[in-house]
Amino acid sequence: MARQDGLYSALLAHGITRRDFLKFSAAMSAALALPASYAPRVAAAVAAAPRIPVIWLEGQDCAGNTEAFLRASHPTVAELVLDTLSVDYHETIMAAAGAQAEAARLGTMKQYPNGYIAVVEGSVPVADGGVYCTIGGKAFSQTVLEVCRGALVTIAVGSCAFDGGLPAAAGGPTGAIGAGHAVPGAKVINLPGCPMNVQNLTATIVHFLTFKAWPATDSMGRPLFAYGQLIHDQCERRAHFERGEYVLAWGDEAARNGWCLYKMGCKGPETYANCPTARFNDGTSWPVKSGHGCVGCTMPNFWDRMSPFYRRLPTVPPFANDVTADQVGLGLVAGVTALTGLHAAGSYVRKRRMDAEARAELAAVSAPIAPPTVSSPTAPDGRAEGRTDQ
Amino acid sequence: MTRIVVDPITRIEGHLRIEIEVANGVVSDAWSSGTMFRGLELILKGRDPRDAWVFAQRACGVCTTVHALASVRSVENALGLRIPRNARLVRNLIAGTQYVQDHVIHFYHLHALDWVDVVSALKADPAATATLAQSISDHPLSSAKYFKGVRDKLSTFVASGQLGPFANGYWGHPGYRLPPEANLLAVAHYLEALEWQRQVIRIHALLGSKNPHPQTYVVGGMALALDPNSTTALNARGLSEIAELIVEAQRFVDEVYIPDVLAVAGFYKDWAGIGKGIGNYMSYGEFPEDDSAQPSGFYLPQGRIMGRNLGKIETVTQDAVAETVAHSYYTYEGGDTTARHPWDGQTKPAYTGPKPPFESLEGYDKYSWLKAPRYQDEPMEVGPLARMLVAYASGHTDVKPAVDRVLGTLGVGPEALFSTLGRIAARAVETQLIVHRLGRWLSDLTDNLDTGDLAIADGTKWDPATWPAEAQGWGFEEAPRGSLGHWIKIKDQAIDNYQLVVPSTWNGSPRDAKGRRGAWEEALIGTPVADPSQPLEILRTVHSFDPCMACAVHVYDPSAGSSVQITVV
Repeated sequence: MARQDGLYSALLAHGITRRDFLKFSAAMSAALALPASYAPRVAAAVAAAPRIPVIWLEGQDCAGNTEAFLRASHPTVAELVLDTLSVDYHETIMAAAGAQAEAARLGTMKQYPNGYIAVVEGSVPVADGGVYCTIGGKAFSQTVLEVCRGALVTIAVGSCAFDGGLPAAAGGPTGAIGAGHAVPGAKVINLPGCPMNVQNLTATIVHFLTFKAWPATDSMGRPLFAYGQLIHDQCERRAHFERGEYVLAWGDEAARNGWCLYKMGCKGPETYANCPTARFNDGTSWPVKSGHGCVGCTMPNFWDRMSPFYRRLPTVPPFANDVTADQVGLGLVAGVTALTGLHAAGSYVRKRRMDAEARAELAAVSAPIAPPTVSSPTAPDGRAEGRTDQ
Repeated sequence: MTRIVVDPITRIEGHLRIEIEVANGVVSDAWSSGTMFRGLELILKGRDPRDAWVFAQRACGVCTTVHALASVRSVENALGLRIPRNARLVRNLIAGTQYVQDHVIHFYHLHALDWVDVVSALKADPAATATLAQSISDHPLSSAKYFKGVRDKLSTFVASGQLGPFANGYWGHPGYRLPPEANLLAVAHYLEALEWQRQVIRIHALLGSKNPHPQTYVVGGMALALDPNSTTALNARGLSEIAELIVEAQRFVDEVYIPDVLAVAGFYKDWAGIGKGIGNYMSYGEFPEDDSAQPSGFYLPQGRIMGRNLGKIETVTQDAVAETVAHSYYTYEGGDTTARHPWDGQTKPAYTGPKPPFESLEGYDKYSWLKAPRYQDEPMEVGPLARMLVAYASGHTDVKPAVDRVLGTLGVGPEALFSTLGRIAARAVETQLIVHRLGRWLSDLTDNLDTGDLAIADGTKWDPATWPAEAQGWGFEEAPRGSLGHWIKIKDQAIDNYQLVVPSTWNGSPRDAKGRRGAWEEALIGTPVADPSQPLEILRTVHSFDPCMACAVHVYDPSAGSSVQITVV
């Protein structure tokens, strides 16, 4: 990597003070569930890092994760992220077009073999020889293979790159799959969400810079620091759920009082993500805070499994706790399974068990150095059958 | 005759391929090809119509929120729902903020590099740049020290050898005409706008939980709870935070964006004669300001201008919209040359292009995943220019003087609007009008809340059991990129048919059955090309439309039969 002066100088060049930088490092440590004493270590690691080349590919996407990337929060961190990395190929922002754009991508692949980060946004259509997405006359599925196989790591941003997402929902004709499935054997970190929370992307990269290893993930390649806990368990409205205080109509008094959205279809009891704590747009809000239920967008095949979005989760005891929240989840899965016939409840039960395991592991995430993790290639529906990261 | 292929077209949303033929140094023919397809309408079939907006919003993450709004409007239209005043104002605030943020990002981050030579900025004199900046604006960041800092940062960046997104640009191309100082000014504002856009969009988070893809819409209104005196709803504190963000947005638009557009345009006046296009302009109208939901109460008016005749405003009705697939990768039962209204949509994807990898689409009759929408069989241009022309020709009390002011500053007549430069100027004028209108919508909202009216949704039709067995509706919206329509048919409480006809399908359409080009195909004709290996001028005209391809590509849902035939040649 060409540049040796590192991120810290880049920061200073952007007028970021050391104080801002330490605040950023502390925030990142918090996001990664590291003890505060790790902040200096994060700071030192990030400061010493040269700019890592990035090839950001967009397939069957809506550019929502690109937009999320541009919203990277924390004052001045947008530029920090842009300048920590060398974004050599990103169709939405790059100056070059056509042949010159392709040349930029090929140049980085050649100059930094196994030394660049591949980011994949959007799903990969594999039906009918890849005709549903071509770039430069080439099937996107082929480009993904070439780029991700030569990468240091592949980060799949958003739900479409995770498991095929929206184009893979029932009725989709294009054979859409996620990046992990499209590139068997590649090291893939999944950051599902529609779109992902960009804080989780920043934290994933900072983790690598700090520990020279990627964060620990669950069986689906999702970092535990971000996807290790149920939304329901972190929700600011949880107390109302416990007391049986529910919103019953949009805009009713209960809604204005911030009561629980469970009866309006909230999927928080079923969904693993850090939305309530990380929030979006510089920590401003998240769906439940703004009055709408969670739609479960970080979960496998959520477009089919979590919809209809306004149907309440079945069989919830009025005074649930963590354990019964998981039982609620099983009820939902059984219901959806009957509805769509797409998934076997048994595999979901197994997944549930793994999630519990994953949460237990979260407690250990502050162990000094997380082991390098390799997520398994996901099954066509985005689920893997066993842990491979141990 | 040289055929030039530009694929990917970058600095847009989505996947676009342009093929052109050049004769005597100008474009003599052009083909616009959308190269990605997802099948959103097929996926929507059979689902709960109340869920449709969540799916439809994902048509695009750049024009996020616009498909959510068009979708809930289509269902509300089908069910005969009228939303409460608070919901109307919240939707205007969200939609208007989207205009402002999206247009500014377009200018600085998607379009500016076609006009601004980043490398030339290294040669700029900071003191002269400060003089230039202070001569066009009161923006406080304008000292020589500030510009020296920006130049030094850029210099360090270039010296690193890692040019990142600026690698392989067309730097040094003879088409770049700004002096180094103007280039440095623009680079500084490129960086400032990057910071600004993520701040201003917090309005979406306050009203809609997050951006992109806000999540507080519901059929019948909004899920957002409003109560100035509550600690848990959007309260007086949240409303004043929005007010502050609006003031920040106004300041940036007035002090940075508008002066920059005028300054850059001054160096490229010849582009007021390039990129004319088809000359038909359409706006569905937007921003309802009364409770009638009728276009007569919209801030930006509905109408059409045909053949560049600013003397006459034609009407718009939803039933005059139809699409053809003569040159698109779909088939129609009954013949590909017929036109179908969205409610009667019946299409099957049928790829007949070359097997990838391929070099050229030459010789292929069908060449795009976009369909060819037409209004009363005529191709139309949509977007900020169309909206401003319709409003200008209507004598709109805000638009007319604002457009005249810009024309006066540049020393050109109204005919200059029909051009690549005209699209850029219209987008800027519109941004300024909307950013100042945001304050009015916010004060209307707080005034209404002060009366004790806290209603945010009409829940009378929330239960699908209250619906008729069959219903159909449409939802129009003027999205930042132009006229957007969603059409829905509901049967037995489920979606029977759902179709989108979106701005970039109008503007980027391939030829229709009569062989007439789409808007940006036509606009490319006559565009000069100095160096075919560096298609800078092609990007200028295509980018002036702000293409957004993810939403442009869609397929009608076959209402008869459940299987989709896919033919691969």
